[in-house]
Amino acid sequence: MSISARRSLLPLLLGAGFALVPVVTGGDVYTVNLAIRIMCLAIAAIGLDLILGYGRLVSFGHAAFFGAGAYAVGILSTHGFTSAPLLIGAAILAGAALALPIGAVSLRTRGVYFIMITLAFGQMLFFTATSLSAYGGDDGLSLPARATFLGTDPFGSPLSFHYVVLALLALVYLGGRAIVASRFGRVLRAGGEDERRVIAAGFPITAYRLVAFVIAGGIAGLAGGLYAEFTEFVSPAYLSWQRSGEFIVMVVLGGTGSLHGAVLGAAGVVLLEEWLAEFTEHWRLIFGPLLVLAALAGRDGLARLLGRGTR
Amino acid sequence: MSTTLLLIQTLNGLQLGVLLFLIAAGLTLVFGVMDFINLAHGVQYMLGAYFLAAFAAATGSFALGLALTLAAALLCGVVLERLVLRHLYGRDHLDQVLATFGIILFLNEAVRALWGSAPLHVDIPEALSGAVRLMPGLLYPLYRLVLIGAGLGVALLLYVLVTHTRIGMRVRAGASDAAMVSALGVNVGRLFTLVFGFGAMLAGFAGALAAPILSVEPGMGDNILILAFVVVVIGGIGSVRGAFVAALLVGLVDTLGRSFSTSLMRLVMDSSAAAQAGPALASMLVYVLMALVLAVRPRGLFPASAG
Repeated sequence: MSISARRSLLPLLLGAGFALVPVVTGGDVYTVNLAIRIMCLAIAAIGLDLILGYGRLVSFGHAAFFGAGAYAVGILSTHGFTSAPLLIGAAILAGAALALPIGAVSLRTRGVYFIMITLAFGQMLFFTATSLSAYGGDDGLSLPARATFLGTDPFGSPLSFHYVVLALLALVYLGGRAIVASRFGRVLRAGGEDERRVIAAGFPITAYRLVAFVIAGGIAGLAGGLYAEFTEFVSPAYLSWQRSGEFIVMVVLGGTGSLHGAVLGAAGVVLLEEWLAEFTEHWRLIFGPLLVLAALAGRDGLARLLGRGTR
Repeated sequence: MSTTLLLIQTLNGLQLGVLLFLIAAGLTLVFGVMDFINLAHGVQYMLGAYFLAAFAAATGSFALGLALTLAAALLCGVVLERLVLRHLYGRDHLDQVLATFGIILFLNEAVRALWGSAPLHVDIPEALSGAVRLMPGLLYPLYRLVLIGAGLGVALLLYVLVTHTRIGMRVRAGASDAAMVSALGVNVGRLFTLVFGFGAMLAGFAGALAAPILSVEPGMGDNILILAFVVVVIGGIGSVRGAFVAALLVGLVDTLGRSFSTSLMRLVMDSSAAAQAGPALASMLVYVLMALVLAVRPRGLFPASAG
């Protein structure tokens, strides 16, 4: 099988797999909810892969944009807004609008500076969320009702929720593929490989990166908004730096720079956590060293097992 | 706001600044000398606090507990460096992030498994309990004054060590150009282990000092680690002097901001809005400070690296 055929086969299989989950399990609520959670996180991970995998910028503040989307949905819901397109649109906008100034400052720097600064800004927004006393502060905020769309109830049952999120995941994935394949995407990737050459060729690489950062923020906002609808709850924990770390782990273990690797990584991390947690409440004692081993062995993780070369 | 309150909060700010410096000093050298991002530095601080709680309880003496804590923290740092981190020098920062994130998850959970999730209590040593009258009407706990003094003392010691000894010269040279230092025949591997172990010991020292006045609990190192990152970014990677200035700056801005932001906001808005906006603004202040410094000087106040 040629590489290009394999590249499009795996995403197709993944999509088909998610589509079949409710059918195979007979609509089992636990499994379907697990699949929804994976898909929400996978959307955010795809956003991160755009900047981390293609732009080679290690952003450690991705959870902030995820949380911004979640809070946009939570806050608008408490004020009585229920239109799904409005809420989800606001979630995307919130993620992107926060990513713009944060990206503009962070992208002035490189390397470890960039990691630390995105981490610090993420933490700033975490503390901002804890001080929103009108919206629950530390304790978070329960959504009074789920969003509706033209009189229907798309998030009402696990089954319809599942297919709505799957459709959005497919949309984000295909959009991401289009971005990566475009001239914009090629410049972004080239900048990650050899920045000086791209600058010498006359491309304003920082502007390209900022656009990618904002797109990634918007995608994370979408994921956070969906996650808020899913849990019917929003809290500062959504913005915690541990969650940012988890997004990085997902993208890295799934294989950076492939987009569907992010989906694979999200599924792998969530399932591994669920599985380990069945043995012990201290499952991080196993998960932590696994990450260390993965880093020592070299990344590319799950993706290499599946025989696909990265980058 | 009274002068007394301002003075007390200034001392509190200095106290936070001193703790931040002890953590950031090791962090900035590890960044500078090895170009290594060590997220696990915050858990060294947490381990210091737990070691002190355990050793002080076992020996019945704070001083003996502190000595054992320093030794244990140094040992932990060296073992961690030899076992894991050494293999990740020169690798992509992403590998370092992944590995040290895994170490954080492991050690936070190990502490929770061994000591439970509930905060531990550590007594202030008998000889250092009580308060000192600094001014009429201004009492300040003796232990906290000693903490500030100890931190400043270590800072001075570190300054002499880094600027006036041969080993310090090598560390500084390593921070500005590690490849050249290696080419000149310095055993960089040993230098790295030394810097790493020493940094871990300083972070452990900070944790031990903080143990009697802050709650000793799993994850206590995570938030202070990020503040230490802010310190390193403001001060400039690899610069101990920068870390010192930035740590005091961040400690003072954060502490004074938290105590006075609501009153300041009341000057421009009504008091219920100020009660909302004040705390939100206060928690953002140090990050805004960082953004401002970066806007003017992207490499920090005192950049060490020549490149």
